[in-house]
Amino acid sequence: MMNSIADIQDEIVSEFEILGDDKESTIYYIMELGAGMEDLPEIARRDENIIKGCQSTVWLIAEEREGKVHYMSDSNTDITKGLISLLLRVLNDRAPEDIVNAKLDFIERIGMGSIIGSQRSNGFAAMIKQIKLFAIAIQTNQNV
Amino acid sequence: MSFDIEKIRGLFPVLHQEVHGKPLVYLDNAATTQKPQMVLDALTAYYQHDNSNIHRGAHALADRATRYFEETRETLRDFLNAREAAEIIFTKGTTESINLVAATFGRKFIGKGDEIIISTMEHHSNIVPWQMLCEEKEAILKIIPISDSGEILYDEFEKLLSPKTKLVSIVHASNSLGTINPVRKIITAAHAVGAKVLLDGAQSTSHLEIDVQELDCDFMAFSAHKLYGPTGLGVLYGKREILESMPPFQGGGEMIKEVTFEKTTYNEIPFKFEAGTPNIADVIAFKSALDFINGLGKKAIKAHEDELLAYANEKLGDIKGFTPIGIADEKVSVLSFNINGMHPYDVGMMLDANGIAVRTGHHCTQPLMKRLGLEGTVRASFAVYNSKSEIDKLAEGVSRIARIKNK
Repeated sequence: MMNSIADIQDEIVSEFEILGDDKESTIYYIMELGAGMEDLPEIARRDENIIKGCQSTVWLIAEEREGKVHYMSDSNTDITKGLISLLLRVLNDRAPEDIVNAKLDFIERIGMGSIIGSQRSNGFAAMIKQIKLFAIAIQTNQNV
Repeated sequence: MSFDIEKIRGLFPVLHQEVHGKPLVYLDNAATTQKPQMVLDALTAYYQHDNSNIHRGAHALADRATRYFEETRETLRDFLNAREAAEIIFTKGTTESINLVAATFGRKFIGKGDEIIISTMEHHSNIVPWQMLCEEKEAILKIIPISDSGEILYDEFEKLLSPKTKLVSIVHASNSLGTINPVRKIITAAHAVGAKVLLDGAQSTSHLEIDVQELDCDFMAFSAHKLYGPTGLGVLYGKREILESMPPFQGGGEMIKEVTFEKTTYNEIPFKFEAGTPNIADVIAFKSALDFINGLGKKAIKAHEDELLAYANEKLGDIKGFTPIGIADEKVSVLSFNINGMHPYDVGMMLDANGIAVRTGHHCTQPLMKRLGLEGTVRASFAVYNSKSEIDKLAEGVSRIARIKNK
């Protein structure tokens, strides 16, 4: 049984608490998280899979696997890749309605705004939006 | 070092703070410079004692504000060695200055089949206004190619010149690379075919001694905020006879001589191009910034910044994985670089975590980045208040970051 969305968010929050206010360690940590992410198939690295609104290039694809949404993603910058990996750690391979309804409170709890700054925060919001849009699309398909 | 760096730093309140628990190292001066205390004091003093609208008020405050406002214009005349203060027009910034020329000189003097020459290393603000004009007028935009080291290929420029060339609009010093272009030579060659020349001085005016008469440029555009002055203020220098031949830019108050519903006659230069209430407070405070620069002297400033740049090249040059971008012989104090295997954004963010402010990305010069085959660079740019110990911190930060990917 997979941990709940709330549990995983708590986990992330406690990891960031250990890092404390040390911004450099926090960024290194985010970059390391990205390095461990599942590879995006080369064929998916196409312009139509790029998320609009991100300063760096982010590719994101999603497919339905046994009723759940499976995401794969990559970015040309390591920090951004780490940020997506955090989102996917919380939301990947879940039922579309759980993704659509997810309250992502870990973002505020870890102080993401001050870690990544306001310009990247817009891009981060665009990623969440795209993740949810994929879930809505798959949910709609399931209900047809 | 020819002047007391600690004393200079003492004049800039913003420099004395911590960022993410580390002392701020501000190396984003090509984006904007910090403001010395006298500029801040001048802004406050204006609003506390002199605030009023200029040029028309029949009272003491208006008279005083007008006098201070025009003193800045005169200081700028001297700063550029222009023939007369009327050749100095206040704008919102370099971008608006260039757009003014495109909208007025361009509207009147550029027609179908005419050619405008720019270079590969232009800022978007010296590309897009000309593209818009060329589209409207069916004129042609020609681009001077550059070398891998980031220098204009002068022979190629000469080949582009023809009697069809109406304007050469070129950056004096590149914001992305720091390259100082051979503008004196470019101006002479352009004039020989009857073309006018606009210099984008956004990056050069704070570093180099400028003499518009000696350069013989027809226009020069720059911004106050890169010269230790306030934001939202720029300058367009233009030769009197050309400015007089140009139609007005915007319509409104100040720019008119007489308005009737049948016909409006326009004011003399520079007012013809300064419609509406100008940015009075910032113009007045800008004089304090110019006085600050003049007090130190451009020669001493350039010598200090050259020393910083040479020191930075030496310190960072040894770091494994470090690649400088733009290695022209003649440069202002801009060090653009990349670290092998790392995106500039990531580098910038990690430097920020260490309190070091740099710019990352394409620096509003996408065609240049494309030419160099880069997504962007990390850019450290040095100003009069930067010190060698700050460059040590930059080198330390970059070296730590480079070790992640270049073990």
